[in-house]
Amino acid sequence: MENSLYGPLANVAEDAGYTDPPARAGFFTDTSVCIGCKACEVACKEWNAIPDDGFALTGMSYDNTGALGASTWRHVAFIEQTAPREVGDSAGSTRWLMASDVCKHCTHAACLDVCPTGALFRTEFSTVVVQQDICNGCAYCVSACPYGVIDRREDDGRAWKCTMCYDRLGDGMEPACAKACPTDSIQYGPLDELRARAQERLGDLHREGVAEARLYGEDENDGVGGTGALFLLLDEPEAYGLPPDPVVTTRDLPAMWKWAGGAALALAGGVAASFLGRR
Amino acid sequence: MPSEAVGGGRGGKAGREERMVPRAEFRSYYGRPVLKKPRWKAPHMPGYLYLGGLSGAASTMGALADATGRRRLALTGKLTAVAAAAAGSGLLVAELGRPERFLHMLRVFKPTSPMSVGSWVLAAHGGLTGASAASAVTGIAPWLGRAAGAASAVTGPVLATYTGVLIADTAVPAWHEAYRHLPLLFAGSALASAGSAGMIGTPRGEAGPARRMALLGAGLELTVAGALERGAGMREEAELVSEPYRTGRASALLKSGRWLTAAGAAATLSAGRSRTAAVAAGVALTGGALCTRFGVFYAGIASAEDPKYTVVPQRARLTAS
Repeated sequence: MENSLYGPLANVAEDAGYTDPPARAGFFTDTSVCIGCKACEVACKEWNAIPDDGFALTGMSYDNTGALGASTWRHVAFIEQTAPREVGDSAGSTRWLMASDVCKHCTHAACLDVCPTGALFRTEFSTVVVQQDICNGCAYCVSACPYGVIDRREDDGRAWKCTMCYDRLGDGMEPACAKACPTDSIQYGPLDELRARAQERLGDLHREGVAEARLYGEDENDGVGGTGALFLLLDEPEAYGLPPDPVVTTRDLPAMWKWAGGAALALAGGVAASFLGRR
Repeated sequence: MPSEAVGGGRGGKAGREERMVPRAEFRSYYGRPVLKKPRWKAPHMPGYLYLGGLSGAASTMGALADATGRRRLALTGKLTAVAAAAAGSGLLVAELGRPERFLHMLRVFKPTSPMSVGSWVLAAHGGLTGASAASAVTGIAPWLGRAAGAASAVTGPVLATYTGVLIADTAVPAWHEAYRHLPLLFAGSALASAGSAGMIGTPRGEAGPARRMALLGAGLELTVAGALERGAGMREEAELVSEPYRTGRASALLKSGRWLTAAGAAATLSAGRSRTAAVAAGVALTGGALCTRFGVFYAGIASAEDPKYTVVPQRARLTAS
């Protein structure tokens, strides 16, 4: 099918083989109203019965979670910045950026593409979920994800990540993190609606003079065909630990197979040429 | 720009080597990596890269030796091919988080997953080389054994080179950007490895093709490894993206590999006259091939662990567009 590996896709679930699927589900995380309470992290752990991932302190900020991982499917980043913000403010003032990160549920999901067992699959809501009874812990998805989201739980041996609460969506409920968020920084809904709402919010912020506000993941012409989880950020993505311009690795897969085919022929030719002599 | 979010050259142990590339100015989240560190481990993953190459080129050598009436070389090729395929499969299973589920690899066939394609190729190749070797050793069903051997000359070159796609089809910059190099590098390395096995396991009189394979393979391996280390042929930020091949543990391994491969190639020139030279050449080339695979593996680990390799090329792309 056209653009199955790369580029914009009109209907992700249909591309995956569903007939008449429900609207694509998504998250819109508006970090401009995040207060860093971590209710999303806790609600996610509670609902999905995720084990702890250690009780260590990072010592770098109020963020003691560190990053998304096999046992962390929502992660609240915490960034303290000091910079001049107004005319005459030479010493600078401090601002706190807080952002709840999550699996992007990419239009072109590298984790899903490279999974050799079919454990990772595209749901009817166009989200990406691991079937835990299938995963054999090969860890290919871990190295394929351009956002560093999915990881293997070493005491369990399988790969884990956000399911967008697949078990709740089927019952018409919103994911636990969105339900728990006290400021509606995390919004759940049909992706088309969220995209419109994100554009509207971006326009409001720009009018209010917050020029650094930007959207992340909303462009379907980006390297992953747009994401199912959008973000409104107040700084460059890399300041939040997000890759500024990720590309799904399988975009280059056809070229990779061509180079490997050429190398295989070179190897066979090399062996054959070695047998040309009499001795 | 707020200072606390600016990265670039943090992390003590990499500091010494970073003189080679000007300090890349980039921003990150407290210097933490963007990507997850590959969960693949040594010696399993690089060991499999080596054994898959050895098995693939050895089966092809065995089939052609069969066809040209070199019985001892054929036997060496076939036994090497099945032993390496079996050992490589063992390493792959041991690498899984749930080894008892290894058969899930054959639940589906997915062309978008190099690991799925590779699992099927390895399964077919293992069966074919097993049948071919069993027939050669026992003398049972020689025609079937020959047919299986001939078929393993088709699966072999695929098995030896798909591993380049396997690790290139990841978000790890040093592996992904090397997708043009890795299959050819592994092809050269595999030729040298199987040639080594042929030289060691076969009387000099029959080992001529093995010596030529070893020389051809060593030449290809040295050429492509050199290009990889310089970043020649990489499209974006070649100098930075190829840096992990020139620094740290990967650099030490690739340098050792280069010396071993060059020494092995030199010894191969005398291998037709001296049994000692043949064995020395085989051992050196095998060591070189192993160093190459481990070097490539550790370059990928270093590439994933430092956010600059992820952020700088992507930011440069955005700035340019």
